[in-house]
Amino acid sequence: MEGSTALKAEPSGRRVLESAVVRFAGDSGDGMQLTGSQFTLSTALAGNDLATFPDFPAEIRAPVGTTFGVSAFQINFGARLIKTSGDALDVLVAMNPAALKVDLPDLMPGGLLILDSGAFSERNLTKAGYAADPRKDGSLETYRVVEVDMSQMTLDAVKDSGLSKKEALRCKNMWALGLVYWMFGRKRKATQDWLQTKFAKRPELAEANIAALNAGHAFGETAEMGEDLAAFEVPEAKIAPGLYRNITGAEALSWGLVAGAEAAALKLVFCSYPITPASSLLHSLAGLKDMGVVTFQAEDEIAAVCAAIGASYAGGIGVTSSSGPGVALKTEALGLAISAELPLVVVNSQRAGPSTGMPTKTEQSDLYQSVFGRNGDSPLVVLAARSPADCFEVAIEAVRIATHYMTPVILLSDGYIANAAEPWAIPDAETLPRFPVAFEREPEGFHPFKRDPETLARTWAVPGTPDLEHRIGGIEKASDSGNISYDALNHQRMTDLRRDKVLRVAEDVPEQRLEQGGPDEELVVVGWGSTYGPISRAVDNLRNEGLSVAHLHLRHIWPLPRNLGGLLGGFEQILVPEMNDGQLVTLLRSEFLVPAESLSKVTGKPFKIVEIEAAVRARLEA
Amino acid sequence: MNIATAPAKTAKTAKDYASDQEVRWCPGCGDYAILKAVQKTLADLEADTAKTVFISGIGCAARFPYYLSTYGFHTIHGRAPAIATGVKLTNPELDVWVVSGDGDSLSIGGNHLLHVLRRNVDLQLLLFNNEIYGLTKGQYSPTSRVGTRSPSTPGGSLDTPVSAGSFALGAGARFFARSVDTLQKHLPEVLKRARAHRGASLVEIFQNCLVYNDNAFGDFTDRAVAADAQIHLEHGKPMLFGKEGNRGLRLKPGRLALEAVTLGEDGIGEADILVHDETDRAMAGLLAAMQPPHLPVALGVLFCDPAPSSYEASVVEEVKAVHRARPASLADLLHKGHTWTVG
Repeated sequence: MEGSTALKAEPSGRRVLESAVVRFAGDSGDGMQLTGSQFTLSTALAGNDLATFPDFPAEIRAPVGTTFGVSAFQINFGARLIKTSGDALDVLVAMNPAALKVDLPDLMPGGLLILDSGAFSERNLTKAGYAADPRKDGSLETYRVVEVDMSQMTLDAVKDSGLSKKEALRCKNMWALGLVYWMFGRKRKATQDWLQTKFAKRPELAEANIAALNAGHAFGETAEMGEDLAAFEVPEAKIAPGLYRNITGAEALSWGLVAGAEAAALKLVFCSYPITPASSLLHSLAGLKDMGVVTFQAEDEIAAVCAAIGASYAGGIGVTSSSGPGVALKTEALGLAISAELPLVVVNSQRAGPSTGMPTKTEQSDLYQSVFGRNGDSPLVVLAARSPADCFEVAIEAVRIATHYMTPVILLSDGYIANAAEPWAIPDAETLPRFPVAFEREPEGFHPFKRDPETLARTWAVPGTPDLEHRIGGIEKASDSGNISYDALNHQRMTDLRRDKVLRVAEDVPEQRLEQGGPDEELVVVGWGSTYGPISRAVDNLRNEGLSVAHLHLRHIWPLPRNLGGLLGGFEQILVPEMNDGQLVTLLRSEFLVPAESLSKVTGKPFKIVEIEAAVRARLEA
Repeated sequence: MNIATAPAKTAKTAKDYASDQEVRWCPGCGDYAILKAVQKTLADLEADTAKTVFISGIGCAARFPYYLSTYGFHTIHGRAPAIATGVKLTNPELDVWVVSGDGDSLSIGGNHLLHVLRRNVDLQLLLFNNEIYGLTKGQYSPTSRVGTRSPSTPGGSLDTPVSAGSFALGAGARFFARSVDTLQKHLPEVLKRARAHRGASLVEIFQNCLVYNDNAFGDFTDRAVAADAQIHLEHGKPMLFGKEGNRGLRLKPGRLALEAVTLGEDGIGEADILVHDETDRAMAGLLAAMQPPHLPVALGVLFCDPAPSSYEASVVEEVKAVHRARPASLADLLHKGHTWTVG
């Protein structure tokens, strides 16, 4: 399983680990997300592969010290390729009793637990719901516990800074980070530089935070904590040569949309309404005016999609973004884009539903909504990104398909992908695909529903073009003129055309391949979206054990890849893990009449590797 | 002789703005008259059909774009202002007109109308108000007067109607005007004013629905009463009306309310009559609320107070300014922030 096993002691005294999972947990005001992202940066600079998972509360400012105010940041890093943010924790840093209460269940037996004893007051214990102090009732016996009064040590470290006690205590996350930096042999320089920049206007804060970081580091070096607090070394991973950066799903998606618009030679007009967890995309794109991006915060979800449709009608690439409940509101407008045959990209950062559900918790339960959720026969294209970095390519592909086929494309991401980060080999901008759009300009024989015989896409004539003035809309139109038509056979013909056009996308994308294993294995695990990491690692582990299992991961949800039916038909068993109640599995069964089985999880958290391993074993060893 | 000459500049006519599609409203519908007035307006303006876009929602009025030789987009119920906003953000050069009815604009699309007005997107918004739902066969609408009997309100409607003018002014609109379908001289002039205004221009057009709400506006449009029940506003001119032109508006002494007075009666002289200032938002609110029988219905430009810039112009300018100050390439974007090299 993904996680650490101590390999051997090095002469340096540092124990070598193949990988480790560390979680920083504290109150939402404790700066855990910043701590985590700094640790991520230093880890990437140290040459490890990594994956992260931020987990923060839905409340903006939850009451201090309560369990629902706990914010955490998890990172899995290693000398091997890392595919998930990790099943179980090797190290948990708990800044208060509430964090201990919430996050302890994820710490593996024998794992290292670092506590800020200064935060374990009677009051904080009560707020966290502890009847007795867990440090004293034996409930932590299965872990290696290191208690440090980080609060006091931070105050001591920054006492010359002139900060108030409250401000000084805010530096304790950097003290904790300094200690963990020492544990894993990380360099502090990048974080020191970052602090100088962040607090450029308040140098005393920069100095205090750096002092706390250094003090935590020095504590590790000098305190004789013995076996409990050991120093580790995680060697560099064998990563393909290249220039790397860390990237979150939201960043990769926004940059992919920019790259897609540039490839299509169209203006990117992004129209959105704030919703968790999709807003980060709006924020990211709103900051890209230097790339010529137009962003529009609409009055509601419907206006957002409609403005995006207007943008495409006018000759830009209209993009809208939301999460499930917001996409539900956009449904009628999607029908208009399908009927008027206009390009449109709809990004859905899925969250736990139905209704408001759990906005900050991840799920992939909008597959039915994407493929089927509209009135009338209304086909469109559905794509799914598998990881933060994958969002870049998928966004470019979404723009390509939308403009090439004159169709809306739904791009499925999820709360996990949007917020998680991973290292990304920066592509050469020069080698990215190019697919410039050629607008219609020829009046001879023009009508707005004239089609490309190959793609069946209608011609795209934009307002402003002389002699191509025409009228389109959501009302059915004659296939040979674009004029309003209620003719029975014409509606049959147009319905067939809309269906066939979308199906032809399958001819234009690569055949589905297996990620691991061959077509003769006994069982194939079929996934889509952010389950890629845990499925990939689980199948890798099982194959190392000698089990006959393959992994297939879908990017194209609709239309499905043209060879998928044949590929699946060759397997005796098909297991479909999904963070929903079984949606892709229904699609596969109905499309291909294959005996696919569902492995469903809807806890708001990603699959663990062991959960997938167990499900496969149960089937192969039965 | 075969001498090339510059083509003589022929004046455009309303016919140049008609499409080849057969118009399909009920015979006698007020929409025919509005279509005629719009086509005449476009001809008078010598509008470029290639750069003109008519966008509609759903309803009888929404068929409008099919009958014009410009670009047209017949969209979904209530959402035309949002779609038009996307069009303008993408290509501000286009001249965009939104056509809608009272249900489309003030019921299902009320939210979008509110926001397109306060944002001040440079559009002409034509609101055909017939105080009834025509396309769905005669239900009462958000502008129907209390007591309107309809298939959905057989005992008469109970809810207070919304006033398009009060709504628009409350939303922060910078242009509000009114006309009537049959006023074929007045309507094109009002439409030209709307077009000239850089920003969101809302024009309420009282439109007769012969089938479901015939003569709904008879109390101020019937020939017999029109002169006394309408006032045609002109900026900078005294607000006079009536058959003899001797009635006028003034503020009720000591109150923020208008009253109709007659010149020569009770010592009223021309100096007592208010002069129309179309930049006066508070006065526009009073004018928009006037109703017969005590006060005439205000027609013409009630309010016009242009902002320095329209919304989409500001958006495009901001993007251009940032792009000019620090132009970025895709490669710049991908490389910004912390990067590191492996191998």
